[in-house]
Amino acid sequence: MNGSSVSVRDLVKKFGDFTAVDHINLETSRGEVFGFLGPNGAGKSTTIRILCGLLRPTSGTALVAGFDVAREPEAVRQRIGYMSQKFSLYNDLRVIENLRFFAGLYNVPRELLEKRIQWALEMADLTGHERQMTGTLPGGWKQRLALGCAVLHQPPIVFLDEPTSGVDPISRRQFWELIHHMAGEGVTVFVTTHYMEEAEYCNRLALIERGRIVALGTPGELKQRSMKGELLLVECAPLGQGVELAQKAPGVLDAAVFGNALHLVVEKAATAIPVLREYLSQRGVTVSRIEAIAPTLEDVFVSLTAGHKELA
Amino acid sequence: MSWRRLMAVARKELIQIWRDSRSLGIVLVMPLAMMLLFGYGVNLDMKHIPICVFDREGSQKSQDLLKRFQSSDYFEVVRAVDNYPALVKAIDSGQVRMGVVVPHDFSERLRTGETATVQAIVDATDDNTANLAIGYTQAVVSDFSQQVQLDWLRQQGRPEPKPPISVNARTWFNEDLESKAFIVPGVLALVMSVIGAFLTSLTIAREWERGSMEQLISTPVTPLEIMLGKLAPYFVIGLLNTAVCAVIAIWWFEVPFRGSVAALFVSSALFMVVVMALGFFISVIGRSQLAASQIALTATFLPAFLLSGFLFSIEQMPAVIRALTHLIPARYFVTILKDVFLKGSSLSMLEGELLALTLFAVALTLLATRSFKKKL
Amino acid sequence: MTSGIQAAISLQGLTKSFPGVRAVDDLSFDVTAGEIFGLVGPDGAGKTTTLRMLAGVLAPDAGTAVVAGYDVARDPESVKRHISYMPQRFGLYEDLTVDENIRFYADLFGLSAVQREQHAVRLLAAAGMGEFRKRLAGKLSGGMKQKLGLVCALVHRPEVILLDEPTTGVDPVSRRDFWRILYSLLAEGVAILTSTAYLDEAERCHRVALLHQGRLLFCDTPQELKGRLRGAVLAVRSAEPRAVRDRLQGAPGISSLVMTGDGVHLVVDDAVRRAPELRAQLAGSGTAFESIAQVAPSIEDLFVNTVSGGRAQ
Repeated sequence: MNGSSVSVRDLVKKFGDFTAVDHINLETSRGEVFGFLGPNGAGKSTTIRILCGLLRPTSGTALVAGFDVAREPEAVRQRIGYMSQKFSLYNDLRVIENLRFFAGLYNVPRELLEKRIQWALEMADLTGHERQMTGTLPGGWKQRLALGCAVLHQPPIVFLDEPTSGVDPISRRQFWELIHHMAGEGVTVFVTTHYMEEAEYCNRLALIERGRIVALGTPGELKQRSMKGELLLVECAPLGQGVELAQKAPGVLDAAVFGNALHLVVEKAATAIPVLREYLSQRGVTVSRIEAIAPTLEDVFVSLTAGHKELA
Repeated sequence: MSWRRLMAVARKELIQIWRDSRSLGIVLVMPLAMMLLFGYGVNLDMKHIPICVFDREGSQKSQDLLKRFQSSDYFEVVRAVDNYPALVKAIDSGQVRMGVVVPHDFSERLRTGETATVQAIVDATDDNTANLAIGYTQAVVSDFSQQVQLDWLRQQGRPEPKPPISVNARTWFNEDLESKAFIVPGVLALVMSVIGAFLTSLTIAREWERGSMEQLISTPVTPLEIMLGKLAPYFVIGLLNTAVCAVIAIWWFEVPFRGSVAALFVSSALFMVVVMALGFFISVIGRSQLAASQIALTATFLPAFLLSGFLFSIEQMPAVIRALTHLIPARYFVTILKDVFLKGSSLSMLEGELLALTLFAVALTLLATRSFKKKL
Repeated sequence: MTSGIQAAISLQGLTKSFPGVRAVDDLSFDVTAGEIFGLVGPDGAGKTTTLRMLAGVLAPDAGTAVVAGYDVARDPESVKRHISYMPQRFGLYEDLTVDENIRFYADLFGLSAVQREQHAVRLLAAAGMGEFRKRLAGKLSGGMKQKLGLVCALVHRPEVILLDEPTTGVDPVSRRDFWRILYSLLAEGVAILTSTAYLDEAERCHRVALLHQGRLLFCDTPQELKGRLRGAVLAVRSAEPRAVRDRLQGAPGISSLVMTGDGVHLVVDDAVRRAPELRAQLAGSGTAFESIAQVAPSIEDLFVNTVSGGRAQ
């Protein structure tokens, strides 16, 4: 063990003709919250399942907690927690019954059973709700319970597959508090999501599309380095004419409507702003506002992948 | 009603049937498979019933009798035993279905003009076979008995009397051909139940399961257009299958067809309407394909198989069940099929059954149209 | 039937309950032609139920909704002739080709073959799918399926378009194509009502209705909404977000605090006053940080602040 909790080298997974995972490389360290970000079908769930020892890789290696997932999947499974996308809680069991069930599955030693269950309940902020029927819990609570059930054996690495889809923002923030708390205790948390803005919660991110990693780094690094160019916000009228002109304007790499304004990708914001203001007003478009704004991760993603021809 | 919308629904359904290998399999392969299965697989006559013989006398006469059993097509003497326990064991173990015991005073009794009793012990766990076995035995013995009498009379020098009654055993021998002729036309009813009810029961449920129903009901298409559009392909397929199965029955199995083609198709079309309406209704109430298919099988295929008179004679059923069969549409269709094939009945002769089917068709169609609403 | 002044969609006190839960509670708002209106809120907020009622596939319990000039409760079938509805599980037939799917929906709306071909060609080109017409829908990528769903919904040129979370999970490039097609329709006076669970996607709309547990929280333009936030938003960049969070928790003037991957996101009552205070506090305790800067508030900040009453974390 060289200190990294998850180590992936040239991982490939094919299903027949279709390459779901295409030479992925990454490393995570202890206590890190690592995000795997990409749209549906990009290969996130497949990668996670390989790392959990549920799928055999076609080629390449993956070491989780020091064990090779292809050769010793059982050893891997004992050291990880996995919260699947459609999580596995039983709606017709009570909270405490679900916890006991999973404790049994993970072989939590009898002496530690009650203590661990209490720990999970506190962590998930569900103390006092032990007897409640799981099916009646609100979405955000179920998520926390599912997380609790996944870590009863206190694994050093936890895999969360789309853990907060559909959950309200307040519950989502609470959930991420929980994740950061676990990371603070030294647990490596590996999260997948298709929601670009959720990625801001991660320490480091890998952007994945069609089985390949297109960028890797902290959210800040990605926004600064990986974005080709800078982002401008332009409020102008008429909008439709504005965007058509902007697309042909000098120095503009990309122009799109965004609500009541335009988002333009330019090489250098400082130089572009005065040029564009001039360019648009000369052609009959009044510009009420033009300023540089911070790109979102979605902007980064688009600038990295827009060049790829659509193969369907 | 918009013809274009109806055709759009029908076209989509047809494309989906064509591209779905499972339903295509059912449509193309199932009718053939059923015809062959029932045509060849079901045989109501019995031959080569295994028996064992226990000759307690061992005389010329007893051997003569037992030889008759041996030479009969209906029996096969697999064992000869010389004690009762062995005979009982042979029957118990299933090695033989029947044991024939000739008493030790067989010839003696015959010579003195007394009646000799031959014992037949039959395994009646399958009472059909048992009944047949007993029947055949009685035939063999009665034949022999007659012969004995004639010999005796000849010895006495009396003139050979003509037996007052002669039994023509041919009934048993034609059982073979008859059963196929009765069964094969009935297979049509089964085939159409599957296509008409089972396949159609999946169509609405499938749209719900796939999630496409929500969008469908948000368009101007009407429930009637959906129903007719979805059922039209199955109607055409059902009639085509009727034609194919009829051809196989007549040409391959050589079942006689003495009726008119028009009668066959009119009644088939009517029956299709009945089972399709039922299938559609089931598809609406069973929101998942699994539920719908199970209900469809229980409500149409099973009754068609068990209670329509296709395989098991209705006359032999208990009175309550017999009354129940009047509620099974397939019963009327099977009667029509048999009559059209074997008796050459015309439509006017089938008035009763056609009326019953029409009533079913109207009632079920009303039920189906009322049940489907464009609402969540 | 829609005149210029009349709203394309108009809800008044719309209500719908299911056993044990009031899914939509006294909802009222308007959508005019030529605008993209966002229905925003997490799962369970009532978005899908509202859209279903407007599409005429679910009957409301109380209140009225008029869509394209027709009352959805009294005359749903007329509504359906003028709208397009793309539910979350939209009706793409995977065993039909792209063309067959388009033809099916075009026929349902009574389009002639010529009209259908004209519109289909235009829409497919905008979606970048012109070469995939003969491909089975099941063999398309997720983003393409979504775009095809939109094409099928638009082929008959409806006046009102109802979309339920149309871009969830779709790759960002396809999402941009999707929105580009929507924006291009506005010039023709179409009214678009779309729902999303992602508060940040709301910024793409002209106006937004923020829903929470069936009730309307706010209805305004995204810019106005962000301006409603009581206070200002500060972002602290640090390599040790946990340490920063621990240090600043409970500090005066902070109404919410959330840890992100590379820092801490705060809502304070007065940015000018609090920023130097916080800076001092962090520096004083030796907690490393790179910067503290005021950032534009997001709709999520507003949502969390409103719903949780601005309670400190």
